[in-house]
Amino acid sequence: MADKTYGLIATFDTPGAVMHAAEQVRDAGYRNWDVITPFPIHGLDQAMGVGRSRVPRISLAGGITGFCTGMSMIWFMDKFDYPLTVGGKPFFSPLFAFPVSYELTILFTAFATIGGMFVLNGLPMHYHPVLNYDKIRRGTDDQFFIVIEKTDGRFNADNTRALLAKVGGKDIGELES
Amino acid sequence: MSHAESEAASPAILSELKPAVKPRAELVGHGRSFSWITDKICNIAEEKTPVWWWYCFIAACIVASFTVGGIIYLVSTGVGVWGHRSPVNWAWDIVNFVFWIGIGHAGTLISAILCLLRQKWRTSINRSAEAMTIFAVVCAGIFPVFHIGRVWYAWFLFPLPNSNYIWQNYRSPLEWDVFAVSTYGTVSVLFWYVGMIPDLATMRDRFAAGGKLLKARVYGLFAMGWRGSGRHWSNYEMAYLILAGISTPLVLSVHTIVSFDFAVSLLPGWHTTIFPPYFVAGAIFSGFGMVLTLILPLRSIYHLEDLITQYHIDCMCKIILATGSMVGYAYAMEFFIAWYGANPYEGFAFINRAFGPYWWSYFIMVTCNVITPQFFWFKAIRHNTWLVFILSLFVNVGMWFERFVIIGTSLARDFLPSSWGYYSPSVVEIFTFFGTFGVFSVLFLLFVRFLPIMAIAEIKAVTPQGDPHAEPVTDPHGKDPTVDTVHGR
Repeated sequence: MADKTYGLIATFDTPGAVMHAAEQVRDAGYRNWDVITPFPIHGLDQAMGVGRSRVPRISLAGGITGFCTGMSMIWFMDKFDYPLTVGGKPFFSPLFAFPVSYELTILFTAFATIGGMFVLNGLPMHYHPVLNYDKIRRGTDDQFFIVIEKTDGRFNADNTRALLAKVGGKDIGELES
Repeated sequence: MSHAESEAASPAILSELKPAVKPRAELVGHGRSFSWITDKICNIAEEKTPVWWWYCFIAACIVASFTVGGIIYLVSTGVGVWGHRSPVNWAWDIVNFVFWIGIGHAGTLISAILCLLRQKWRTSINRSAEAMTIFAVVCAGIFPVFHIGRVWYAWFLFPLPNSNYIWQNYRSPLEWDVFAVSTYGTVSVLFWYVGMIPDLATMRDRFAAGGKLLKARVYGLFAMGWRGSGRHWSNYEMAYLILAGISTPLVLSVHTIVSFDFAVSLLPGWHTTIFPPYFVAGAIFSGFGMVLTLILPLRSIYHLEDLITQYHIDCMCKIILATGSMVGYAYAMEFFIAWYGANPYEGFAFINRAFGPYWWSYFIMVTCNVITPQFFWFKAIRHNTWLVFILSLFVNVGMWFERFVIIGTSLARDFLPSSWGYYSPSVVEIFTFFGTFGVFSVLFLLFVRFLPIMAIAEIKAVTPQGDPHAEPVTDPHGKDPTVDTVHGR
């Protein structure tokens, strides 16, 4: 059964407890591990040693794309492809092209942000070993878990279990992959 | 920041004045636990369909059929079945469009602007307010699409290649409106859905535990396999913050562009620079009116008093008071500028608004929009749920009349008395508008029945026990527990 193990999971009852434990797991040098919480806990990313999210870069790229799309689309249509005189106004001006480009900036940023969040999180992922854990239901309700994966270089069934116990984890169990 | 630093940074006078430390208002009453919050909100969608829901749903369907009937008659006969005729060629369709779009804006305000301002009380009401936004945009969209008459050409609004080889006129605010409203609808749906993913995962797990595997699969499909991972939350929170950050300029720009539909014209009463801020304030005002109209019955039916506390109602009433006063100021300023600008047509347009043939609608508008919100200065009124509900209805009525006053009076009497007219709606218009309340209610009732009506995860995060620093026992920073009881509250 050893090769089928995904990792170890431990249960915590309060956000403070899981955050305190996460700090110790981080300090122990683990890298492939995770915390399961029913709601976002303020400061947990620092406690886990997770850096600043990279979503904003994708959003920025989306926003710039959107703005350029708007401007070039209007230039192409009204100045290049089919210039049409309306009220003697210029065929193209960034001023009247601005509102539409502005809206497209926001539209593209929204898609990039959400798409980027899904890609960075690896979602949708309808199968995951953590979801097979029989008590994981509480992880979207009122309990908190720490999962340490076997793929982590420092993983050692006994030592990792001892660490999880030391930081206050309860019901420490194995996850099957 | 350490205690010593904050002392040094604060003005010296504070140590003399010794301001009282006021406890924060409770956002979740009775110190309810995480699992209580989950149960309470999920049960609404999980329980057997209540009888009142069926009555309301059937009634809403009947009302909605008026819109369906009105539209079928319009499309099969022609746009002449509406009461539009020269000089008023633009009336209830645009009034209703602006009315519904404006209602939607409070949802975005609650979910985006209050998120950026860290107003934690938004968590109890943001989900239903966002749903309201989307359904209001659906109702708003009906009017511009069908007012073109030949609705099968509605796709001409979008820059799609067509056999005429002609493109849209991007110099026109009406084309800006197409982009603004379609972006607004899309981003609102995305924002709503992203906010709902963790709660859909909660419902998935509850259905799976209860043995309802089909429902678990359907909710699970939309939950995207969310498992509450800390690494995911980090990206998720960032994405949510960015969405809030872009929705804020979005909501302001949408109603600004809606106001440009009028302000960019040369018509007296429309051609004013105050329109964008005035429209945005009015939109938020009307939207909060609608939020209260929807949430107060829900709160009472489902006994949500611990989640939507008196504090939440107070906050919403105060926003209505603030935006209502801004709207009142805008009415006064329009009159002042009409006089100060010394343009006789502009001056006449405003005298005509208040004392002309549409004086009655102006009177309803001022009564509902300027006088009604002033009642919210009084705590006794804010604490009387029935009164708040009734006043919120007045706000909705008043804001519809505001749009009617702006659009109707300016068009009916512009420059030349020889081209003046008087507009009355036809029965088809009245039916179509009346029916949109049914369309809106049908959608909202389905939302209440099938989706988590409150942001479960977000509410947990603002409870005292959701704050990882609120627990002296496990607090890693060793803060003084007495301080925490103040901040945790």
